[in-house]
Amino acid sequence: MKPGTKLKSSVCDTEVMVIRVGEGDIECGGAPMAEERPAERGTVDAAFAEGTKIGKRYVDEAGTIELLCVKAGTGSLALSGTALRAKDAKPLPSSD
Amino acid sequence: MNISLILQMAADADPDRIAIVCEGRRWSYGELHRAATGAARLFRESGASHVALLDENSAAAAITLFGAAIAGIPYVPLNYRLADVDLSALLARIAPAALVGDTARAERLNPDGGHLFWTRQTLIEQAEARADGPELEESDEPVAVQLFTSGTTGVPKAAVLRHANLLSYILGTVEFMSAEEGEAALVSVPPYHIAGIAALLSSTYAMRRLLLLPAFEPDAWLDLASDEGATHAFVVPTMLARVIAAMEARGGHELTSLRAIAYGGGRMPTELIDRALDLFPEAAFTNAYGLTETSSTIALLGPEEHRAAHRSDDPTVRARLGSVGRPLPTIELEIRDEEGRKLPVGERGEIYVRGDQVSGEYRERSALDAEGWFPTRDAGWLDAEGYLFLAGRADDVIVRGGENISPGEIEDVLMTHPCVADACAVAVPSLEWGEAVGVAIVVRPGHNPASEAELCELIRSRLRSSRVPERISYLEVLPYNEMGKLLRRQVKAHFQG
Repeated sequence: MKPGTKLKSSVCDTEVMVIRVGEGDIECGGAPMAEERPAERGTVDAAFAEGTKIGKRYVDEAGTIELLCVKAGTGSLALSGTALRAKDAKPLPSSD
Repeated sequence: MNISLILQMAADADPDRIAIVCEGRRWSYGELHRAATGAARLFRESGASHVALLDENSAAAAITLFGAAIAGIPYVPLNYRLADVDLSALLARIAPAALVGDTARAERLNPDGGHLFWTRQTLIEQAEARADGPELEESDEPVAVQLFTSGTTGVPKAAVLRHANLLSYILGTVEFMSAEEGEAALVSVPPYHIAGIAALLSSTYAMRRLLLLPAFEPDAWLDLASDEGATHAFVVPTMLARVIAAMEARGGHELTSLRAIAYGGGRMPTELIDRALDLFPEAAFTNAYGLTETSSTIALLGPEEHRAAHRSDDPTVRARLGSVGRPLPTIELEIRDEEGRKLPVGERGEIYVRGDQVSGEYRERSALDAEGWFPTRDAGWLDAEGYLFLAGRADDVIVRGGENISPGEIEDVLMTHPCVADACAVAVPSLEWGEAVGVAIVVRPGHNPASEAELCELIRSRLRSSRVPERISYLEVLPYNEMGKLLRRQVKAHFQG
């Protein structure tokens, strides 16, 4: 996988773009994400059902991986079973 | 990666929100995305190697930029102010292009280029007609934008910005959909300038309505700003000076909506920014410094820093109004000497930058060093708090008997004289020293010009004697380009001629 790769959830509408690549499995709603959506949609694991927000960036605690949510969904993101968190925005004044 | 993602996300998130207001038409993000998709079909079918724009700012420019990105063809906005001979050479370098804008001129200048043409109107009509259709296959073309440098040193170089550079800049500096519903940004920089491209991308990602002024003219700027309730604006210093003059000619200003003014692209006279801060006491001012090769901004001086410097009596804090602020947290910046060694705080040298948004790449070659650092050829220095001060182009340094002299330090001192409205220091040939200092002065209207002896004494009293000019010339005006950039080469030529 390389930066720019787009991954789709297999259980909800979530789509992400990989910004920083790291080790581990990228999951949404408790199921692995892939470049293509499976023919049949699975169900969202209740433990990973907080939802994703468009435009938010998601990282793991160690900061090895970063995903940009480009389409929102009902599942939430995880790296090999550990939930990712939305990165805090450091607002800059608009310069252009 | 592809910058079309920016528009696609905006269109997904709120398709009905207004994206662009231009020439009496209001475009929603949904409409803009559909038109860009239609334009992408036209461009891809054309078989063109580049998508060119030869036009002023308009919705068609935005559709062409995003359409080229979706099609996966490098976008090349051309400077329509270029002379025929220069423009024709550039057209030949990008043939065959899908060209939008002044088709008659392009056809006349490069009839054998195999180009395909659309005017502003025909592009919009045909793009909208082709909005629906089978989904376009994603492209893996890495280059998003190719911009020709102004070529003051020779043949224009083709600077290349990759999708990854521009996306990194946008994602690192703008929060998606962060604009409030009523925000509107007035853009009057030309589309062939990196600031024009950055404005389109930033505002789209923030989902801030864009008010596009086809070409800058101060009264049209004021009318559009007040009619549409502009909350944000980006200007180059000369535009700000002309807007203020036009406002005063109207007997005051009614720009109560304007909350944020960003500026860059050239040296801002301290007097002018002080004046603007007084005239717009509620506005947030941001000074942005960047280059084409760095995907726009790499350092900025924010609103609080402007106000703090404006009201401070501490000379160090006060001086920051003349700085370009601090480097973005997403990039690295160093000052280096001629041997490439990092210089300590306070010492002048060349500005080097590194980061994902930094391309530093031309069609012909990459200017990045082995560690990925880009030598900007801009000279500058950092103060103890990390504020960056520019000191001209590295190529403009005057080398007098082995001593490096920055024109900026001499100009700053000259500008403190009440009779001096503008000043430019350049290298002049000297038998004794190889190079010496030559100074061109513009005298403030209503003032008697200071004698050469008086100006020399001023320099001697404030700087070292090596800075004292060997030649002084009094000019009506100094030569600037349309973006407010001082054309030092012409001043140099004046002394040689």
